[in-house]
Amino acid sequence: MENCSPIVVLADRSSFKARFKCAVRSLRHSPIGILGLILVTLVLLSALLGPSIAPHDPTQHNLRARFKPPGFTDDNNTYLLGTDQLGRDILSRLIMGSRISVVVGLTAVVIAGAVGVTYGLIAGFVGGWLETILMRIADAFLGIPFIILVVAVSGVVGPGLTTLILILGLTNWVTYARVVRGEVLVIRELDYVTAAQVIGQSQLKIMVKHVLPNVASSVIILAALQVGTTILAESSLSFLGLGVQPPTITWGLMLADGRQYLGSAWWMATLPGVAITITVLGVVFLGDWLRDFLDPRLQGQN
Amino acid sequence: MLRYILSRLVQLVITIFIVSLIVFFLVRLKGDPISVIAPPTFNVEQVEKLRHAWGFDKPLIEQYLIFLRKAATGDFGLSIQHRVPAMGLVLERLKWTYLLAGVSALVALVIAIPLGVVSAVKRNSIFDLLATVLATAGTAMPGFWLGIMLMLIFSVRLRLLPAFGAQEPSSIIMPALALGTGMAARISRLTRSSMLETLGQDYIRTAYSKGLKYRTVVIRHALRNGLIPVVTAFGLQLGWLLGGSVVIESVFSWPGLGRLMIESIHIRDITIVQAGLLFFATSFVLINLAVDIIYTFLDPRVRYD
Repeated sequence: MENCSPIVVLADRSSFKARFKCAVRSLRHSPIGILGLILVTLVLLSALLGPSIAPHDPTQHNLRARFKPPGFTDDNNTYLLGTDQLGRDILSRLIMGSRISVVVGLTAVVIAGAVGVTYGLIAGFVGGWLETILMRIADAFLGIPFIILVVAVSGVVGPGLTTLILILGLTNWVTYARVVRGEVLVIRELDYVTAAQVIGQSQLKIMVKHVLPNVASSVIILAALQVGTTILAESSLSFLGLGVQPPTITWGLMLADGRQYLGSAWWMATLPGVAITITVLGVVFLGDWLRDFLDPRLQGQN
Repeated sequence: MLRYILSRLVQLVITIFIVSLIVFFLVRLKGDPISVIAPPTFNVEQVEKLRHAWGFDKPLIEQYLIFLRKAATGDFGLSIQHRVPAMGLVLERLKWTYLLAGVSALVALVIAIPLGVVSAVKRNSIFDLLATVLATAGTAMPGFWLGIMLMLIFSVRLRLLPAFGAQEPSSIIMPALALGTGMAARISRLTRSSMLETLGQDYIRTAYSKGLKYRTVVIRHALRNGLIPVVTAFGLQLGWLLGGSVVIESVFSWPGLGRLMIESIHIRDITIVQAGLLFFATSFVLINLAVDIIYTFLDPRVRYD
């Protein structure tokens, strides 16, 4: 049996295979983690397979079948989750919407992570007053409430998918920077780093080889949790008309439509919200399991 | 303490400067401001005259300095859309946003604190489990969706509460509930864990062994200390509250600054956007300062000098 103590899980030298095995074992004992994994897989599959599993064409107008409730059937067509104001199938649109959520969630977090980690590495190694300035600038970013900043920028620069992803990515990087810089501060005092410098290893190599593995778990956990926040933010912005624009399908936009027809078609406003909640729940559950799994203080429980 | 407040106020001024810079240049990043103001029937000459009248033909730096000078006296120009002074309009709407945020914060505390305390006291019970499930679900839900669902149930189906605007006193119920519940979900977990930690302390056992009833112990002794991290959490989530209010205002057509901002952004009413962003940022920093000061009253060990 593999030893799955934190030393194995977090150490530099563990093989990916060993860690993966430990992860699977930990997952098996965590109902929350399993639930999270199921939900996330569901959403990912729906995003990947998209049009192939959608029962109808999500953009197909069908004015004879407007505002039909979930489960409505009419000459061979079943609308499992009902139709909207133009007769479009809600289920198909939800499936298409998942693509945007997944893309935005993942890309924005990757951007935020990349920017933040690099920033933190540089700040930490450069030291001195430059480091202080860099961190003050980062703090300034934290000072402005997230939504306000995003609303302002996307409002002025113009809405759109790429803009949205960039903005979401560029407003969330600060926490990564702080975590990484903190780690660098610790590492750069260590003897083996000094030794490496004496030998002549470049700063870059030192940073990558020694700092990154140590911050990896914190960064991963942070990223996992941020995916949820990002998805929620995207839906809010799209709802306000400042995010993804029609005719691209996204859950936020579906909610905006649904709000208009609350009296005639309650499912239009309810179902996309359920989709968002389920997705974010899945991510949060998975993230919680991941955090427990990577927590070095849980001795021998893995 | 006074020195601390003064230094924080100085930081506030610096922050406002930076925000004003960002706001000013952000708004001018794209598009020609005149194109929004000038009626389409104007010819080139008239557009240029208008541009000159509004001062948009001056170099940007000069425009910024004029903006600062005027802003210091409270003159943010006229709203392009509404043709009234921007500052007046912004302040009027700001009142409503404060009202909504304030009531929502109250709702959040009223929900989260008892929930957290009882969860801690009845740890691992059904109640605790239910509370945890609700809290987690609450953080995963989009805040505005909760608002829409409330609207569906109480306005559309039951016809009990007004769905739009702020005409009646009961109009605030749903928006505040929607916003407050979302906030409560985010801080109730923290309340529970901090209460658990406090209840495990020795001095609680001492009070208990002195013969005090459990309830007295909890309320008189544990609560006060257990609430400190809650105040911190509350402060950290203030940004969420502010952002959330913007969206909720749009859902319920609440006449607050958030909705005004969204509308102004859509029609590119830059005077309102500038003034609004500035006031938002200032409010945010001031409220954070207030939270920090409240902190010192709750925890006598915290002293900022």
